[in-house]
Amino acid sequence: MPWRLLRFAFSQKHPEPRMFARHEKLKPAYDVVIIGGGGHGLAAAYYLAREHGVTNVCVLEKGYIGGGNTGRNTTIIRSNYLTPEGVQFYDASVKLWQDLSADFDLNLFYANRGHFTLAHTDASLRTMRWRAEVNKHYGVDSELVGPEAVKKAAPMIDIDCGGHAPILGALYHAPGSVARHDAVAWGYGRGADRRGVEIHQKTEVLGIDTAGGKVKGVHTSKGHVAAPKVLCAVAGFTPRILKMLEIPSPIYIHPLQAMVSEPVKPFLDPILVSGSLHVYISQSARGELVMGASLDPYEAHSTRSSLEFVEGLTAEMLNMFPFLSNVRVMRQWAGMADMTPDFAPIMGKTPLEGFYLDSGWGTWGFKATPVAGKTMAHTLIHDTPHPLITGFALDRFRNYALTGEKGAASVGH
Amino acid sequence: MRLPSVEREWLDRAQKIEFSFEGRRYEGYAGDSVSSALWANGVRVLGRSFKYHRPRGLLSLANHDVNALFQHGGEPNIRGDARLLEAGMQLTAVNTFGGGVDYDNGRFLGLISRFLPVGFYYKAFHTKALFPLWEKVFRLTTGLGKVDFATPRKRTAKAYDFCDVLVVGGGPSGLAAARAAAKTGASVAIVDENARLGGSGVYQLGADAGRAAVLDALLQEVEAAANIRVITNHYAAGYYKDHWLPLVAHTADAPMRKMRAKSVIVASGAFEQPAVFRANDLPGVMLASAAQRLFYRYGIRPLENPLVLTANADGYRVALDMAKSGARVAALVDLRATHTASDLERQVRAQNIPIHAAAIVTEAVPGPGGKSVVAARIGAFADGRATFEAMQEIPCDGILMSVGWAGAANLLYQAETKMRYDDALAQFVPESLPEGVFACGKVNGVHTLAAKIMDGERAGNAAAAHVGLDAGNKRIEVPAEAEPPSHSWPIVEHPRGKNFVDFDEDVQFKDIANAIQEGFDNIELLKRYSTSGMGPSQGKHSNMNVLRILARLTGQTPGAVGTTTARPMYHPVAMSALAGRGFSPERRTPLHGRHVALGAAWLIAGAWRRPAYYQQDGKTARECIHAEAAAVRNGVGLIDVGTLGKLEIRGKDAAEFLERVYVSRYANLKVGMSRYAVMCDEAGVIVDDGVAARLAEDHFYFTTTTSGAAGVYAELSRWNVLWKLDVTLINHTGAYTAVNLAGPESRAVLARLTDMDLSGAAFPYLAVRVGEVAGIPARLMRVGFVGEWGYEIHVPAAYGGALWDALMTAGATEGIRPFGVEAQRLLRLEKGHIIIGQDSDGLTTPLELNLGWAVKMDKPFFVGQRSLAILEKKPARQRLAGLVFPTLQDDADRRPQECNLVIENGEIAGRITSIAYSPTLRRHIALAFVPPARIEPGERVGVRLTNGDMLAAEVVPAPFYDPENLRQKS
Repeated sequence: MPWRLLRFAFSQKHPEPRMFARHEKLKPAYDVVIIGGGGHGLAAAYYLAREHGVTNVCVLEKGYIGGGNTGRNTTIIRSNYLTPEGVQFYDASVKLWQDLSADFDLNLFYANRGHFTLAHTDASLRTMRWRAEVNKHYGVDSELVGPEAVKKAAPMIDIDCGGHAPILGALYHAPGSVARHDAVAWGYGRGADRRGVEIHQKTEVLGIDTAGGKVKGVHTSKGHVAAPKVLCAVAGFTPRILKMLEIPSPIYIHPLQAMVSEPVKPFLDPILVSGSLHVYISQSARGELVMGASLDPYEAHSTRSSLEFVEGLTAEMLNMFPFLSNVRVMRQWAGMADMTPDFAPIMGKTPLEGFYLDSGWGTWGFKATPVAGKTMAHTLIHDTPHPLITGFALDRFRNYALTGEKGAASVGH
Repeated sequence: MRLPSVEREWLDRAQKIEFSFEGRRYEGYAGDSVSSALWANGVRVLGRSFKYHRPRGLLSLANHDVNALFQHGGEPNIRGDARLLEAGMQLTAVNTFGGGVDYDNGRFLGLISRFLPVGFYYKAFHTKALFPLWEKVFRLTTGLGKVDFATPRKRTAKAYDFCDVLVVGGGPSGLAAARAAAKTGASVAIVDENARLGGSGVYQLGADAGRAAVLDALLQEVEAAANIRVITNHYAAGYYKDHWLPLVAHTADAPMRKMRAKSVIVASGAFEQPAVFRANDLPGVMLASAAQRLFYRYGIRPLENPLVLTANADGYRVALDMAKSGARVAALVDLRATHTASDLERQVRAQNIPIHAAAIVTEAVPGPGGKSVVAARIGAFADGRATFEAMQEIPCDGILMSVGWAGAANLLYQAETKMRYDDALAQFVPESLPEGVFACGKVNGVHTLAAKIMDGERAGNAAAAHVGLDAGNKRIEVPAEAEPPSHSWPIVEHPRGKNFVDFDEDVQFKDIANAIQEGFDNIELLKRYSTSGMGPSQGKHSNMNVLRILARLTGQTPGAVGTTTARPMYHPVAMSALAGRGFSPERRTPLHGRHVALGAAWLIAGAWRRPAYYQQDGKTARECIHAEAAAVRNGVGLIDVGTLGKLEIRGKDAAEFLERVYVSRYANLKVGMSRYAVMCDEAGVIVDDGVAARLAEDHFYFTTTTSGAAGVYAELSRWNVLWKLDVTLINHTGAYTAVNLAGPESRAVLARLTDMDLSGAAFPYLAVRVGEVAGIPARLMRVGFVGEWGYEIHVPAAYGGALWDALMTAGATEGIRPFGVEAQRLLRLEKGHIIIGQDSDGLTTPLELNLGWAVKMDKPFFVGQRSLAILEKKPARQRLAGLVFPTLQDDADRRPQECNLVIENGEIAGRITSIAYSPTLRRHIALAFVPPARIEPGERVGVRLTNGDMLAAEVVPAPFYDPENLRQKS
């Protein structure tokens, strides 16, 4: 039992202060306004304050912090991407993740479990080798392994998947991890708050003020605030904000669904992803099986769940783990994924001076939280994209300089 | 204690059922739930709690908590309240650590609970070096039941069902709603999660025969109605768009019934809510409705000497019901200072039950081991504050809580109903309902029996009207509740106690208060930080009290605090029920049986199974593949290409359509000729290829890749809708099959089966002919994918076998040999022909693949043209080139593999896309992306092998074999 829990046993009053202060009113002006109190927005605020000393910052959140995709994803963290830009960016993120609990003094349950992307066809084996080779080139620990390695890590798996899709091998990515997603938002929120950042929950953005091609401020449900710099980090709501500014973007919204089982005694250590079966699974510290699949096939600005999703996902999951027949699905939910044509994010400057985007996070945003916050803070301060995000600029679509990440991001989020 | 038969009980006393729990044998009756059978046998500790491993007994007996959660063989987490007892069940409690449910060693966790404040695991254990160890400890202690890896996959059918009006919940209001809707002629279905209909009407009786008679009459009418179907033992697991509700049984192997209703009446009742006081989780402290269910459904006297804690009329009925069961009611403690003195109160007094008004139970006094209750301490209660001085201790063996209700509004929330908090009722009720969704009874804030029946009738009429049936335009005014059915603060903050709010997660009052202090003062944040409502019962018994505590501690109204989102599932659903029979479609070509007979080794290509090669006794795969390839190069081979996408387009604008979707020109293609066809997306990325053959001026037949077939057809259909050209597009992929007869002897073999003129002049390279082969109507194309003289022969799928047999027989003298996909890949690689998806990726343009010759930029339009025009002017990223490896031995271990990287100046400069050892050329040959500056033959590039070694490669012209294409054209 850690000593630090002793104080709880021997103090009369609960010896913990508020993690985030409550602010009734907005100030008339801030140096930076961040739209969106999810992981990304709070991380940007945190790094602005911690690394750049900019604390006159306000985070506007329509609902509650971490209530969007930060609290809806399936918490997988990995860097086994396909493009040089992606691999280096996500690798920087993984390195930040590894120290985040210590930085925050908050246990994020960052659990290094190892990550297998299963290959059921020779074509997917080929893609796995490509990813492994690119990963190794950048010093990322990925390796193509045979079915026996999968069986060793998850002995209970049906390696033939019911005979329909035998597992031929896998891309094994040792650093693959999961973390307690909500706590990430709380950690960044507390860290930013302690350094002077104001977090305003239940505060909706109604419009953005511009003049002469520059951003001037933000209209909110709690009044107007002036700011020379505004960062938009709102994932599935990005098209709505961009519409206010008439900035064209290629972002389109698809629901992404997931589900979780009742808690059962932990038996599954690694994270498993199958591109052919379109499913993935890990087991949380609480014993719940966290399962997901690919995007819904249609565009929709909705977080409503569908029955088809759980039916399809369970059918494929039972091909891999037939013994889960008796295990019950407890809850399902959906998030709105802001997809891009090349499956890479859209980060950095926009045609509007002082307005920055942290968007296009589709199904891959959670794992990028630390590095996105850090690089966006840098980008805001220097008004120049951080070197790690130059491949993710909005103008790449105009310039035909895409960063093709589909091969590594379509099922394994 | 089991009583002699109770009127209307759900048991079949003639049928005894033996079962065991924790190794001890017990007996119950048919009709018992697992929980009721155990309680009848005097078992008081049914499980252990999740965190502190405290002994737990019955709480709701309605599956609104997981105190009674069992393991039965390989089946984890059985809900004892809902699951009917089965003969021979061998049950154990989940989540115990040695010592069984009675002496669970995990109980010591309760002793250190002072060290485990809310969210304690966020506050420690995160030293980088130690976390992995702590995590192991956590993983040992979490989880509930155990999965059994030997459990076979259950394949449960699904049923599809339809009705005009689906009524969810068969209590008084639901029955009245069904009756009313049925009277209009609607087809009605009632689903109820219990074994029988009746809901609270069966047990909230207050020993009043009159109330029971009302229900009897209602039940009789419903059961007599021909157009009402009754589906018991099933629950509506969720509400999905357009009135789509899966009805699910409590057992994993019963079929899920998917109901599409024209309208839905939610009559799902309410979850009775516990009071919060010290040790309110002891076995013997239960919801009052649980005690009533034990008595009226299962013929059990729940307790001998219970104390009733109440804040509504329901509690007075409970006292009377308990008296009727033969129990000696210790006292009735009423939170309220005043209430309408009713006939009920007079009856309670007549039973000599002491009534303590303006009082509350502040704590339950535990018996030995915390496994029972021996007394209740009560204190004065006013303005939501309990007084602990001058407490009175009343001996009792349990406490029945009847302090209020929370609407079972899960389905309403999922249907996107707007809810509001009604101060008078102290309950959330629907404010505006979505179209076709109706609510009645307790979930609608209507609690008195007569009013519930009226409310049900109102909802039934409205639902019938919604589906276009006339209910006679009756207006029904449902009277408001005279007294609030729920207390707004049934909570005691006992300073020294474990006052539980969420029983699933062992969340106490102080945990909620401390979480709020730490800043989690939004209901959603509070849930996530404290974990209340996140357990398997998803807050059914806890959300309302959490919300009340948050409202009070932050000075808000419950309405302003709001509720959390109620997501599916209502109760958890077995994965096998959701998965159903689990179809995994497999596509086979008409020649599948031939391949099996020939010993095919299979390759999975999407849903298709294709022969990779044909196994030969005593030969390795490589030898088999090379022998097949040699047959094609030197004699004749036959391959099944029936998996190719096969499309046909007819109409005046057929050529125009192809001009737009493919990069090449088809307007000038002569009838009887074919042309390579490359398709791009709007970004100029190559997405498919095939061959387009012109059969007539207005008629083309064209192929796609195997994997692209469905997507290409869908995309072309989409364009067809947008462009409105005069064409009809037909997908023949399954209707036709095809083989490729290839090799220098192919013409001689084919000549034996057809009277077509096969001379090079009459049937030249790239020509297409329609004729007969072995008497089978066929379309023949002279193609050269493998680089030999050859014919792709397309016939109706049913004739595939006959065609194959005829060709194999005709080719016997030439030693015809079937070849598989592996040999085909090798042969095409020798020709430098690309495979889309292997030699291209999600960003590859035709220009990078050296297919610029096929791209006709001077056409008025084709999909991707604008992008290619821009890309053409930019420097290329990479180009596809042929590679050989001068220093590589024939069968070296360290040969490169596909997707090994081309490295230049230490940076990634490309990759190998295809590689094979060519037996014809006696060396390894590869296609690879290389920097554009290295595209000329003779250039050298470095390839990094999988083990990290570098290997030198030399760029060579891409057709490695027969560069002039003489063999296929001659």
